[in-house]
Amino acid sequence: MYTGSEIIETINMVSHQHLDVRTITMGISLFDCITDSAKRTADKIYDKIMKKAGNLVSVGNAISSEIGVPIVNKRISITPLSLVTAASRGHEQALQALDRAASETGIDFLGGYSALVHKGMTPYEREFLLSIPEALSTTSKICSSVNVASTKAGINMDAVAMCGKIIKQAAYLTRDTDSSACSKLVVFANAVEDNPFMAGAFLGVGEADCVINVGVSGPGVVAHALKQCDGANLTQIAEVIKETAFKITRVGQLVAKEASRRLKAEFGIVDLSLAPTPAVGDSVAQILEIMGLESVGAYGTTATLAMLNDAVKKGGIMASSHVGGLSGAFIPVSEDAGMIRAAEEGCLTLEKLEAMTAVCSVGLDMIAIPGDVSEEIISAMIADEISIGVINTKTTAVRVIPVYGKSAGERAVFGGLLGEAPIMEVNRKSPAVFINRGGRIPAPTHSLKN
Amino acid sequence: MKAIVSVIGKDKKGIIARVSGELFDMNINIEDISQTILQDYFTMIMAVDLKDCALTFEQTSNRLAELGKKTGVEIRIQSQQIFDAMHKISLSSENI
Repeated sequence: MYTGSEIIETINMVSHQHLDVRTITMGISLFDCITDSAKRTADKIYDKIMKKAGNLVSVGNAISSEIGVPIVNKRISITPLSLVTAASRGHEQALQALDRAASETGIDFLGGYSALVHKGMTPYEREFLLSIPEALSTTSKICSSVNVASTKAGINMDAVAMCGKIIKQAAYLTRDTDSSACSKLVVFANAVEDNPFMAGAFLGVGEADCVINVGVSGPGVVAHALKQCDGANLTQIAEVIKETAFKITRVGQLVAKEASRRLKAEFGIVDLSLAPTPAVGDSVAQILEIMGLESVGAYGTTATLAMLNDAVKKGGIMASSHVGGLSGAFIPVSEDAGMIRAAEEGCLTLEKLEAMTAVCSVGLDMIAIPGDVSEEIISAMIADEISIGVINTKTTAVRVIPVYGKSAGERAVFGGLLGEAPIMEVNRKSPAVFINRGGRIPAPTHSLKN
Repeated sequence: MKAIVSVIGKDKKGIIARVSGELFDMNINIEDISQTILQDYFTMIMAVDLKDCALTFEQTSNRLAELGKKTGVEIRIQSQQIFDAMHKISLSSENI
């Protein structure tokens, strides 16, 4: 039997500190749907998703009700679609099948309208990449990602240049909704194959047929625990973060095991990420401020974030039999009330955010920039961020939104978990010559580490 | 299924009687019970076994929540698994 205070602690985490399981994501391999006919491929994709994920939402809701912890999203990730439709060139019909399956299963997002082009691109992959803006602007639940670099392959700068164009085009096509399509597109370095979080989820080529990956959340729980630590030194604070991360991750492990058993899928991983939401008290920025900063963005931000990120991993790793995905603190500006405030006050700048991404998951995330920023500048932002990942052997990513028709100081509103963001000015000096050179930045050396 | 029923609220007469009466009506066995006043709140925790209960978990949960509303306290029922997960170091073998 548990003590009363243990029971109350668990109940309060949910009712007062925003503890939730952010997502149960079912990864579905579509390799067995490949045919040389666009129609047959699309039909097989629809049938397989309905067969595997038909009960995903009801099972998720039942588990949530039994353990008394909200499971906010149920999502699907698929084999990168460019691989599945290469033989039939049928991505348009496949998109319709995915959209219909996403709607009929009742899931929240489906990720994997994706291409892996970190070393090179086939002619079909080029055609596929150019279809992304249209795909994102004509659907609501489909998410897309492009892996443009890896530590082993270097950076495909042709793909980076294309991504700047794609992002601008997606922004234009959704100009009536603050360029919202860009919130469903992530450009990666070292993309992981078992990520349950959107918009970057896809099921990697080395994965099983049907896999359950779970993403936990809980910045509010960590913040609450640290508020009880007045006067503690940083060693003590790191211990408190570890203990809290252990408990949060255990919830994810329980949900992942239970969901994979009921859905007859393999248990993949638990992703340890601290994912904020726009709700007050569910903020990563707030944790750094409780650790002792006047505002996120101040000097000390990178250090506190590095410690937080490391302690979350240390606590979480023991709590789960398989940890993977992105596993780190997220810093999406529009989804974190503390980040939004600091960006509006001018305390949190793009340069500081870039530094923060060197020590945490995952990159320049949900950052609204003026709509007239050129495609070359966006590509160069991508190149900088992706270089951090390639050199440091970690995943980094860019999800920026050039908000059509709006300028710095205005706000972009995306709604729901995606929140809203102040539009931040960027450095306007031109990197166009660099971006238009094309080619590849060679893979980095693994010796002489300095 | 083994579950934990927690009752939290302002202390008043008859809370234990009403909750245990409702559990009896649903054919749910109480295996352990503890009650304290924690931070000025009446807190009762019951370990229960649902194996003879014919209702679904959701129906059980709704009936208890409804009783809570009538009585002016919060009543929750949650699978024991969530408390095992958070407060025990060892994972049970089916959860590894």
